Amino acid sequence: MIKVEGLTKRYARTVAVDHISFEVQKGQIVGFLGPNGAGKTTTMRMLTCFMPPTEGTAEVAGFDVVKSPMEVKKRIGYLPETPPLYPDMEVREYLDFVGRLKGVPKSEIAKRVKDASEKCSIADVSTKLISKLSKGYRQRVGLAQAIIHNPDVLILDEPTSGLDPKQIIEARELIKALSGEHTIILSTHILSEVEAMCEHAIIIAKGKLAATGTMQELKNRKEAGGSVIQVEVEGHGSELNPADAEQKLAGIGGVSRVVLKHREGNAATYEIESPSASIRGDIARTVVNAGWNLNEMRSLSMSLEAVFLELTGTQKKVAEAAADQVAETDGDPASNEVSSEDKEGKQ
Amino acid sequence: MMRGTWIICRKELNSYFASPIAYSVMALFAFLFGLFFYISVTYFMQYSMESAMQGRSMPMNINEMVIRPLFNNMSTIVIFLAPMLAMRIFSEEKRSGTMELLVTSPVSDQAIVVGKWLAAVILYATIIFVGTLSVLFLFLYGKPDWKPVLIGFLGEILFGSALLALGAWLSSITKNQIVAAVASFVLFLGLLAVGWGAEFDTTWLGSFRQYLSVTSHLESFYKGVIDTKDVVYYLSLTFIGLFLANRSIESLRWRS
Repeated sequence: MIKVEGLTKRYARTVAVDHISFEVQKGQIVGFLGPNGAGKTTTMRMLTCFMPPTEGTAEVAGFDVVKSPMEVKKRIGYLPETPPLYPDMEVREYLDFVGRLKGVPKSEIAKRVKDASEKCSIADVSTKLISKLSKGYRQRVGLAQAIIHNPDVLILDEPTSGLDPKQIIEARELIKALSGEHTIILSTHILSEVEAMCEHAIIIAKGKLAATGTMQELKNRKEAGGSVIQVEVEGHGSELNPADAEQKLAGIGGVSRVVLKHREGNAATYEIESPSASIRGDIARTVVNAGWNLNEMRSLSMSLEAVFLELTGTQKKVAEAAADQVAETDGDPASNEVSSEDKEGKQ
Repeated sequence: MMRGTWIICRKELNSYFASPIAYSVMALFAFLFGLFFYISVTYFMQYSMESAMQGRSMPMNINEMVIRPLFNNMSTIVIFLAPMLAMRIFSEEKRSGTMELLVTSPVSDQAIVVGKWLAAVILYATIIFVGTLSVLFLFLYGKPDWKPVLIGFLGEILFGSALLALGAWLSSITKNQIVAAVASFVLFLGLLAVGWGAEFDTTWLGSFRQYLSVTSHLESFYKGVIDTKDVVYYLSLTFIGLFLANRSIESLRWRS
């Protein structure tokens, strides 16, 4: 559906995008990942025919962005970083205008406006002025604007930036729901977002392509190098002997090293290193069988964060830094942490 | 091209007439023009009364004594009015990011420029039409020649379209409406001032300055004459403005 070859954008002094090539198949939902200033927006702008590439070619739905921009524009829905809204228009009036602008036939306009409003659940505000809408609603109107002409390809530039956590979850679900009919490229610098929504990821850094592949492929790259798991163990009914616990954990098959990180009251936190990734069950069983509580268990370096940091060259000591990153930033806690209740419930 | 132009123009008109700005500008213009109308009609009545008492039989020409000075005043007001109408044409879209929506839609850049300019011209024509309604009173009480009135109005529209095209260009080079308004005002004033005193200058420079002057070409319209030379002047000024605006929109693609 989208085919990019050697795409380059040069400004007077800087190279914003440097020979990027990738392909996106029909119906895929692809995360376009990179730190701020990596060239995500510039690439998207070239795909949407906002600006021509300096070098290279890009094809959308079989049409070249330079040779037949009109055909490409008809087949693309684009949500820029700030939704392009007219504050003095009503939602319905605005969608009607965008529909006409994108070339929807007159007879279908009313129906398309209704469909898009329902899909993005903005039907209840259709007669409100856009200037009166909250940030979350504006974002949804922006999405409705992008799908109004039923485009083959949706290009979303940081669709969840500036939303509150509840709105972010809603926006993600909405985008996921749209992926059946449209091919979607969404850019973001938040990793958990890609993990939550996308099947494929394209990682770029400093204008260069760093990696492409399915989420699993990208994660496997890291897992091959081993994994680090952090566990918190607490004595149950009796005092916990940290040395004893350390010895027990080290005795698990496949564990290469156990480090006591810190103690707090009757609990101790360890980092367990292992070349294989599938030892979490063994650890849980060992701890519970010994009569202790497993308060927390989480994987540190297996997350996409580590892959991302390594690929984008932000960090050298991946495991250490990634550990801090995961603990401090907004990494999706649900996918990284196994809470003690969950684990005990399974036993 | 036509389809896109019309869609953009319609949207612009909708937002113009949905906002209070259009109506307040209209009211301001009608008030100013009404004031000028009142003053010149009062003056005309006084003058004609005096000449009747002195027994002068020369018929007073209402076209020359009321309508022409009024049109002259109007063109001066338009110099102030046009920057106000033109300032937000593109700068607002650039500031709010909606320009990105327009240029990634399947409409040509020309359609965007012409559609927006056309809407501004329609708004402008409405404003000066509402303002000049007071002239109709003259037809109730006297018998002015209607041809110079209609042709003068046409000249005023050509004049305004040219200024709005230039204003649209200046609005397209900045995100700031105030900068756009000041720049257009300075440009219009320059185009007006270049003709000041040019009629006393008999060299080639004098006639050149007079040709450049944006108001000197209105004279023949006020007399009820459509002179091709003057029409060509305004149309070429309009074309230059729209052409520059179009290039400036295109340049967004490689600069931003």
